[in-house]
Amino acid sequence: MLLHLPLAELEVGHHLYWQIGNLNIHGQVFLSSWIVIGALLAVVVLGTRKMERDPRGVQNLLEFLWDYLRDLARDQIGEKVYRDWLPFIGTLFLFIFVSNWGGALIPWRIVHLPSGELGAPTADINTTVAMALLVSLAFFYAGLSNKGLKFFEYYVEPTPIMLPFKIIEEFTKPLSLSFRLFGNILADELAVAVLASLVPLLVPLPVMLLGLFTSAIQALIFATLAAFYIGEAVHEEAH
Amino acid sequence: MHSWLLLAEAATPKGGLFDLDATLPLMAVQVVVLTFVLNALFFRPVGKTVEDREGYISTSRAQAKEKLAQAERLEAELKAQLLDARKQSVAVIQKAEEEVDRLFREALAVAQSEANSVREKARGEVDAEKAKAFSGIDSQAEKLSSLIVDRLLAA
Repeated sequence: MLLHLPLAELEVGHHLYWQIGNLNIHGQVFLSSWIVIGALLAVVVLGTRKMERDPRGVQNLLEFLWDYLRDLARDQIGEKVYRDWLPFIGTLFLFIFVSNWGGALIPWRIVHLPSGELGAPTADINTTVAMALLVSLAFFYAGLSNKGLKFFEYYVEPTPIMLPFKIIEEFTKPLSLSFRLFGNILADELAVAVLASLVPLLVPLPVMLLGLFTSAIQALIFATLAAFYIGEAVHEEAH
Repeated sequence: MHSWLLLAEAATPKGGLFDLDATLPLMAVQVVVLTFVLNALFFRPVGKTVEDREGYISTSRAQAKEKLAQAERLEAELKAQLLDARKQSVAVIQKAEEEVDRLFREALAVAQSEANSVREKARGEVDAEKAKAFSGIDSQAEKLSSLIVDRLLAA
């Protein structure tokens, strides 16, 4: 292998293809997602190994996260059923957050792949669409399991005129969820990469910091919207 | 050296930004699995710990409030007792002072009357002595005068 500079290279839309049967999957997305999931699980296992009433070390961080996610889920979904959905909302937030920050903070360029490059798993459209579709499934599941067929009243409330808009909304919701996350993270990675290829020192730093901020905000937005949609599905009308 | 990563180097699809393929369902499955794993490893244990602690804190608070109320009740009770005891002690002191005063006056009166009677008695005695003395003097004077008369007559 020739001396390969870890900077000053830009690839968009190149993937490391793995073939399973006759299906193609993006290997780099799974590799990086395993790394960030591994890091997340390592922190979780480290922090929950010895839980005490007086928290110590990593347990503090985990309790802070749990509290934060509980407040998020409770505010959006409501006191009654938020417990059922806290793990899902929390997992979305944690996975997106560690993916985004992992994409920005881990020096992926050290590992050179034959095709494509490692980065935030959320910068791949497949990941974000997968999560957005899961949110849609969760929306219907939450509504049907909580209210049964009465859930479909949601589409004609407050008036039946809303029906077409609400149906269109079911398609725009996953679309906007997935493209917002995908676009933000990809754009951030590209902006940093372009700036780094032009001026490798210092200049990309503000953009990188802004990227970290955006990454955190995007994780929060995705989780909040997912919780909000589920909350809409289980919302009891006060007649 | 990375050839193990490139499982299908032949038939490589064209790729692209919006290349949706089997990554999508697999990633969905992965996220669902991660949800269950995190639920077991993170949300359930941490939630249990935090909610146990919240329960512990609220029961401790309730207990502390109860104890505080009890302490306040005891304090009021003891204060009332203290006030009562003070009042009683003041009354006792007053009574004792009055008693002392009375005793003093009584003793004083007794002493004075005794002194008076002693004085009266002494005066009576003095008067009697005086009268006796005067009568003695009178008789002597008579005797003397008769003596003088006798002498003069005799002379």
